[in-house]
Amino acid sequence: MAETSQNYTASRIGDGVFGAAIAAILAYLYLPVAVLIIFSFNDSNTLTLPLSGFTLKWYEELFGNSDLKKALFNSFYVATLATALTVVIGVPAAFALDRMNFPGKTLFRRLVLLPLVLPGIITGIAMLNLFKLMGFRLGLETVIIGHATALLSVVVTQVFARLQRLNRNLEEAAADLGAKPWETFFYIVLPNIRSAIIGSALLSFTLSFDEIPVTFFLTGRDNTLPMYIWSTMRRGITPEINAVGTLIVAASLVLIALSVWMLRSNERP
Amino acid sequence: MKERKLPVNYLGLAVLSAPLVWAIVFMFVPYMIILTYSFWIKKYPTFEPAFQFGNYVQIFADPQYYQVLLRTMRIALLVTFFSLLIAYPFAYYLVFKVRSARVRLFLYMAVILPLWVSYLLRAYTWKTILGSQGVLNSFLVWSGLLSAPTDVLLYNQFSMVLTLTYIFIPFMVMPIYTSLEKIPRNLVEAASDLGVPPLGVLTKVIWPLSLPGVLAGATITFCLTFGDFIAPILVGGPDGSMISNVITSQYGTALNWPLGSALAILMLVIVLAIIELSDRLQKAERIATG
Repeated sequence: MAETSQNYTASRIGDGVFGAAIAAILAYLYLPVAVLIIFSFNDSNTLTLPLSGFTLKWYEELFGNSDLKKALFNSFYVATLATALTVVIGVPAAFALDRMNFPGKTLFRRLVLLPLVLPGIITGIAMLNLFKLMGFRLGLETVIIGHATALLSVVVTQVFARLQRLNRNLEEAAADLGAKPWETFFYIVLPNIRSAIIGSALLSFTLSFDEIPVTFFLTGRDNTLPMYIWSTMRRGITPEINAVGTLIVAASLVLIALSVWMLRSNERP
Repeated sequence: MKERKLPVNYLGLAVLSAPLVWAIVFMFVPYMIILTYSFWIKKYPTFEPAFQFGNYVQIFADPQYYQVLLRTMRIALLVTFFSLLIAYPFAYYLVFKVRSARVRLFLYMAVILPLWVSYLLRAYTWKTILGSQGVLNSFLVWSGLLSAPTDVLLYNQFSMVLTLTYIFIPFMVMPIYTSLEKIPRNLVEAASDLGVPPLGVLTKVIWPLSLPGVLAGATITFCLTFGDFIAPILVGGPDGSMISNVITSQYGTALNWPLGSALAILMLVIVLAIIELSDRLQKAERIATG
């Protein structure tokens, strides 16, 4: 008996240590975010403790910063069009990988999925070479093509996984009942893969909004938001960046809540 | 199960054409261009076509380049190791210790969430924390733990590993969590009913069955760290540049595209080799465990 109670105490202590370790990991993950947010409201040019007072002046400066607004607008433009392209190209690609046999399929799959693990810088310089050879002028449009290429893999993997789980009997039934292939696609397949498309499109949008390595090589004079922040950072630390960061965190939270809510309403019959 | 595949017909061709053209024009051709350039010769002010391996020889002969390559590998390995060290207990705790499904989902989301917050800002915030005039230093001085700010925290490989681990942890947690979740609970219970001590259950039952997740997480963490070029600039020191930074400078100020291309091809080959290795290990693992 004594031994079991000793074991019990030991396992209680073990669980306590374990719990503390988990808390430490969460602190590691969230303290930096807290620092980012707190110093965006701190009334000092330097990021030092103790805090010196509450201010909104960093946010006021942001709203008066026309370069920043332009960069923000550019990022929306790039992310929207790049996401549209990833969906338009990615969904048929996933469809082809799931349903078709064609020569070079393995190479095609490898190529399309490669950017998932391939450092963005390689996609960046590879496309820079191409655009230079073809005589394209670098600008936001070349960035859009670059982002679409790099993020295609995100849409393809998610939609492909959904297609694999799809019940084929429904499609066969539709075809037996005389539905044309495109009718089967729009009335049977599409509604079933819709949440995967929306989810991956949102992810693709977020990643494009945050993208640096590909943008770095493919942009001309126009800056996207991360490129603008990047160039500001390289000049030094300023609480203004913390203010931008806090707004980005807030925007991401809204986007996450939105996607969770959408997926949920989609799951309901 | 017999799979039904559409034959390649006109409809199929219509579906396939856009993705296929895209993959050829924007992926296959550009990679081939890099490969071609990697054999060219730098000739001031640009470069000229050739077929020679001088650029590759230079990478392995000039310490300036192979040392960067080795450093990048070492940092990627360290980041992979520390991410695993943190992610595994975390995922284990979620799957085997947390009883409430709600708490589990909440904690899982808590780890994944930072992925949606700008990558750039996650690196930047460590710069503001670790700097000699940063948050941590000012706290340590203010609280009397240090008499003067220290500069050992930032601009070295320690700060780089710390920052990159912070950034890439979610990629390690996700696959490990998935593989732990798949382990049948009755297997774990049977082992402890048969008298296997908790540590034995972990090392003989849980760990082997979670290896596919560990492998997937390690592969992606290593590859992403290997190609990073933001962290070295923000938190790395003068001797902190990684392979991506060298490629960037060859394509930028150094204006040596052939050498930059050779480095890029080398990077591509290393990443592909790691993925191939990971695939094979996964297959071997599947055969071994049935």
